[in-house]
Amino acid sequence: MPDARSSILASLRASRDAHPVETVASDFTVLREKRWEPAERLERVKRMMEAVHTEFVDATEQDWPAVVQAVLREAGAKTLLYAPATDAGARLESGWAEGGPELVRYDRPVDEFKEEMFTGIDAGITQTLGAIADTGSLVLWPGADEPRLLSLVPHIHIALLKADALYDTFWQVMTENRWAEGMPTNALLISGPSKTADIEQTLAYGVHGPKRLIVVVIH
Amino acid sequence: MAHAEIDFGKASRAALKDPQLRANFRRAMDGLMSKRAAQFADSAEWHAMRALGASVRLRALSKLPELLEKLEETCTRNGITVHWASTTDEANAIVLEIMLRVNAKLAVKGKSMVSEEMHLNAFLEKHGIEALEADLGEYIVQLDQEMPSHIIMPAIHKNTKQIAQLFREKIKEAEYTEDVAQLTDLARRVLRKKFMNADVGISGVNAAVAETGTLCLVENEGNGRMVTTVPPVHIALMGLEKVVEKLEDVPPVLSLLTRSATAQPITTYVNMITTPRKHGEKDGPREIHLVILDNGRSKIYADEELRHTLRCIRCGACMNHCPVYTRVGGHAYQAPYPGPIGKILIPQIEGLGTRGAMPHACTMCNACVEICPVQIPIANLMNRLREEAVHPGPAVKDAGAQASKAEALVWKGWAATFSSPTAYRMATTVLSAVGNAAPASLPLLKEWTSVRVKPRFAGRTLHDLARDRGIPDA
Amino acid sequence: MTNSRPSTVYFFGTCLVDLFYPQAGMAGIELLQREGIRVVFPQGQSCCGQPAYNSGYKDEALKVARAQLALFTADWPVVVPSGSCAGMMKTHWPDLFKGTPEEARATAVAGRVFELTQFLVNVLDVSLTDKGEPVRVTWHASCHAQREMGVRDEPKALLRQLANVELVELKREKECCGFGGTFAVRHPEISAAMVEDKVADIEGTGARAVVSGDCGCLMNINGALEAGKKPVQGKHIAEFLLERTHGTR
Repeated sequence: MPDARSSILASLRASRDAHPVETVASDFTVLREKRWEPAERLERVKRMMEAVHTEFVDATEQDWPAVVQAVLREAGAKTLLYAPATDAGARLESGWAEGGPELVRYDRPVDEFKEEMFTGIDAGITQTLGAIADTGSLVLWPGADEPRLLSLVPHIHIALLKADALYDTFWQVMTENRWAEGMPTNALLISGPSKTADIEQTLAYGVHGPKRLIVVVIH
Repeated sequence: MAHAEIDFGKASRAALKDPQLRANFRRAMDGLMSKRAAQFADSAEWHAMRALGASVRLRALSKLPELLEKLEETCTRNGITVHWASTTDEANAIVLEIMLRVNAKLAVKGKSMVSEEMHLNAFLEKHGIEALEADLGEYIVQLDQEMPSHIIMPAIHKNTKQIAQLFREKIKEAEYTEDVAQLTDLARRVLRKKFMNADVGISGVNAAVAETGTLCLVENEGNGRMVTTVPPVHIALMGLEKVVEKLEDVPPVLSLLTRSATAQPITTYVNMITTPRKHGEKDGPREIHLVILDNGRSKIYADEELRHTLRCIRCGACMNHCPVYTRVGGHAYQAPYPGPIGKILIPQIEGLGTRGAMPHACTMCNACVEICPVQIPIANLMNRLREEAVHPGPAVKDAGAQASKAEALVWKGWAATFSSPTAYRMATTVLSAVGNAAPASLPLLKEWTSVRVKPRFAGRTLHDLARDRGIPDA
Repeated sequence: MTNSRPSTVYFFGTCLVDLFYPQAGMAGIELLQREGIRVVFPQGQSCCGQPAYNSGYKDEALKVARAQLALFTADWPVVVPSGSCAGMMKTHWPDLFKGTPEEARATAVAGRVFELTQFLVNVLDVSLTDKGEPVRVTWHASCHAQREMGVRDEPKALLRQLANVELVELKREKECCGFGGTFAVRHPEISAAMVEDKVADIEGTGARAVVSGDCGCLMNINGALEAGKKPVQGKHIAEFLLERTHGTR
């Protein structure tokens, strides 16, 4: 009795060999030609992301931790989950002033503090690899140093975006950076706070992912 | 073995009489159509993108066995366990085995149409495992114990009031509210606890990349990321046609998908999963399983023409543009896939015996053909299935199940008459003379005259008039 | 897009026109003759084969299509006053005749099939003078004309040439009227719902007439208009154009 794998593959192979599928060459010109002037890219990223309720604040390399702190205070956030093992994490620690919110280190497996993460954390902060102008999307490659749930579980996601780390299209960022040669555990595009239109096609924000996405543009 | 035919006619008649349903769907489809049109306002870009999308899908289909083997190879190397299932029974058994091994009591689900094909939730429930839908639309229909009525917007048949009443009735901590933000927040609170405690997360797959062994998922809510990251075990379910060859094939497919499905340039999240939690990583599932399901797809693949059904990227644009779907809604189809794609896919999976009515529930208006992002010749495939329904043959399950000697004779007679100028002339002379005397109660005329007057035969045909006027014959 | 102007064309009337709307067919012929075109109407013609083809009876459709193909011996364009039948010939005959000895001929003829308004506008570039009284009309775009024959603005361009005709567009001009051939009797309730919506849309324009290029649609829409005792009338565009221009240029 052949197993499912063998019988499926044998069937597909026999069909295809008997009748090859006619193909047409893939022409990626339409994607390749989606380009914006460097000056236009950030403006477009902001416009597309703000249209879906993303918030933007400006900062510099020097003052961004203070900017983040101010944003979170205004939001009434009591806790900020962050990745201490990253450059941004180290900068955050050194640039953080007294008076809250409380910095919480994401330096151990989530299994050790899951309930706290889900119920006791107001905000999470991550770096990004850049942003895509075509679709208004942040690119994230979480990893051992900067875990995935930082940008998902806390109600507020603070994303650090370097103002010159801008791409035209998703296709461009993955081909130019040769993603196919080595994909991370998890690669993400994030284009706004979580939303749904499942209730009578009426847009509602903050479903399961973060309710607020605040992008700190570091010039 | 003949199964009872699934009565689309009866279900559609009931739907037509429901003014709330008619209004909900008309409004929803109008909105989806106009928003989609805005996404593809640049005609040249639309044509280039759909040509690219079609080429990506065709290339994948042309190498399907090799790509599935490659996918298995790269996924396995990545630490993803790959399973193969010929039937939905086998797929359910695979999922159950994993669940039992990890002692799972609660599974949380991202949206997966394949899981609807499998009737997975009911199966797991029978075995004492709760499978909770986390996508808001799916959560809503699950609360009401219904099937989804649309592959992208499962609760599209409900309005806010109906959902408000449902939540009040079914969710313990709910107060009655028709405020959409509050309803959403309620769902967020309820499901958040479940994400935290679930033993297993189940998802579909929008595209599986053979080159890198990567599973790609798109969503707006975040439940997809939750179910594929928080629980210790992630099970991904995919139809075997969902594989693409290269990573660079993903952006065009996703762009066409999101713009066609929900008229968005991109969804809130694009989630690309390649490995389980690696050593040193602090979150993510420890086990990832990919279940590759056949369920009739390899038979579809065997036919040179019908295999193009498998190009589908499940965007739902076809049903949004279908005038029949707009009027009867998704439930009338009684299938996981309604609308045009449902009408060609379901009869091939379930057979033309039980599903013989589906290919005829179509006016051949071609609205779906016009907007399919991967250029599936849906109307041609619909017509092919009409042919298969009345002619026994090996290509489609239960082909010939709808064959009728009477109907075959009618068409033979028609062909004999219409292929002979003399016979045609005789027949049209008779019809012109006495056709109008036919009572409106005759079969076929009866259906027509329910809302229309009888068609009126002209006293003389165009052949007569042309002859009278001396129009040359050659 | 202008194709070179032929001296002669075949006119393929279609079976619905033959039996139910012969005046529309005659009007189409006259519109062409008026432009100096010699119109040939092979008396042996009957039907493009679509009814059988769309019912799953391709062999029977082929038998009838073959009989039509035999009539088009010269390489003149074939002009058809129906997007649906033109579509059958142009887009489906090549498939229908695939593998048969007539495949090449059928494909060649298919390449010469025109829907009437396409021919009038794109090949003949007709110019029309309105002699009628002011009237408001609306246009129903038949599915196959749009989607199989690629007819877009040609019919409305013709209507817009008529100075006293006020063209008001339907809210859902491109939506199917619900005829669909045998669909109307296989799924009569859905078909009824669709034609009722189309009638409501037509009434909403305040038009006195709804013009269409397809007699299947007209039979369907007119049938419902009459049953509902509506004052609006449906007319084939060929008849409408001829009447408005009183048979002279």
